[in-house]
Amino acid sequence: MIHTKNLTKKYSRTTALQNINVAFERGESIALIGPNGSGKTTLIKSILGLVIPTEGNIFFNGKSILGEWKYRNEIGYMPQISRFPENMNVHQLLKLMRDVRKDEHHKLDEDLIHAFKIENILNKTMGSLSGGTRQKVSACIAFLFSPQVLILDEPTAGLDPLSNEKLKEKIDKEKQKGKLILITSHVLSDLDDVVSQVVYLQDGKLMFHKTVEELEDFTGEQKLNRIIASMMNTPELINEHL
Amino acid sequence: MSKIIKYIIIDLLRNKIVIGYTIFLLILSASIFNLGADSSKGILSLLNIVLIFVPLVSIIFSTIYLYNSSEFIELMLTQPLKRKTILLSEFAGVSSALLLGVFIGVGIPVIVFDGSNAGWWLIIAALFLTIIFVALAFWASVATRDKSKGIGISILLWFYFALIYDGLVLFILFSFSDYPLEKPMLAMCALNPIDLARIAILLKLDVSALMGYTGAVFQQFFGSSEGVLFVVCALIIWAVLPCWRAFTLFNKKDM
Repeated sequence: MIHTKNLTKKYSRTTALQNINVAFERGESIALIGPNGSGKTTLIKSILGLVIPTEGNIFFNGKSILGEWKYRNEIGYMPQISRFPENMNVHQLLKLMRDVRKDEHHKLDEDLIHAFKIENILNKTMGSLSGGTRQKVSACIAFLFSPQVLILDEPTAGLDPLSNEKLKEKIDKEKQKGKLILITSHVLSDLDDVVSQVVYLQDGKLMFHKTVEELEDFTGEQKLNRIIASMMNTPELINEHL
Repeated sequence: MSKIIKYIIIDLLRNKIVIGYTIFLLILSASIFNLGADSSKGILSLLNIVLIFVPLVSIIFSTIYLYNSSEFIELMLTQPLKRKTILLSEFAGVSSALLLGVFIGVGIPVIVFDGSNAGWWLIIAALFLTIIFVALAFWASVATRDKSKGIGISILLWFYFALIYDGLVLFILFSFSDYPLEKPMLAMCALNPIDLARIAILLKLDVSALMGYTGAVFQQFFGSSEGVLFVVCALIIWAVLPCWRAFTLFNKKDM
């Protein structure tokens, strides 16, 4: 559904992504893992068209996304840090998003709006909301248009445990529907039940892209954080053994 | 696109600076025309204020507004919208709010109290300068990521066009005073939208008689219909060029 070809992004001094070739298909739920500054967010932003690749290309359903915009109809994005117009209230924001993305093919999915009780804060301005509440609104917007692809950048950071559970339930539900889900997170225990594949990036390079079963077989561990920990010690061995 | 413009315009019309700017211009224009009986003197006083104040507010306000809308722009960029649509909506929103302010603040008083040919030129010049300096502001703020740097560039641009450029022109005039400079002066005017607007209006006020031989050359050129066409074309180019630059930079910008 989404694949990248020799994707490279260079900033003036650093190389954020180096020759990335990955393919993500429908029904997969993928964890993007890697140390800080490994290029996870740059990869996500490139897929969204927020960052323009220096070299290489990204394809969405076989079509190049460079200069394109319609494909974003199929993407729901929850950024790492949600920034919203400060003087807009929640109601206006949701209305704006509906206006911008009105599309007959999509049914509005208001599960999260109800689960997070967003109805109670509709009149509050975005500037007055706490970081966690803002994340909730951000999650609601990502899921609102039932997109085929969900891109969640650190979705659980800043959420309370209860909301965290609700969000995970929702992610799981969407996964069952056969959607492509891309998640980055540092809290690996959060990803345990959700994730079917792992993409590991380091210094802008793709270290491996394997299914969780393959990794479990290889490391003999069951928990994702144990798996990653045992592989972080020997990442270069992974590709040789699998 | 119209949906986004609607949100931007509603946001701007509630903006205290836009309201204050409109009221300030309105009070200023009305009081200048009420000071004396001769409305062409009023136009002259208003001219000097419009040529300095309107570009200043347009460029600084637009720069700050665009930086403050970065959240909105980022949010829109992740939606199925063209980059061009997003920036064009911002441009249309900001310039129409400021144009409305200038039209209410300067346009209406001039029409009511004066209504002469020069008055109409003053209004057209003020509207053009607004668009041109909004365009320059968009260029400056798209080109620089850092807010304070962007505002600094905007202030410098205004300073250059409002003050430094005239100094340079005077310097050239005195240095080459032995040569006929009337024709080069015409070209040099075209390189500064504020000068262009000033000359176009002054020549309608019949004060060119005080400007000597240069004034006569100017009168001959700007008084003709080709001259008018030249001024309008030059002003349009001044609006389009920075805009075009801002759009090409924005299309390649990493968020």
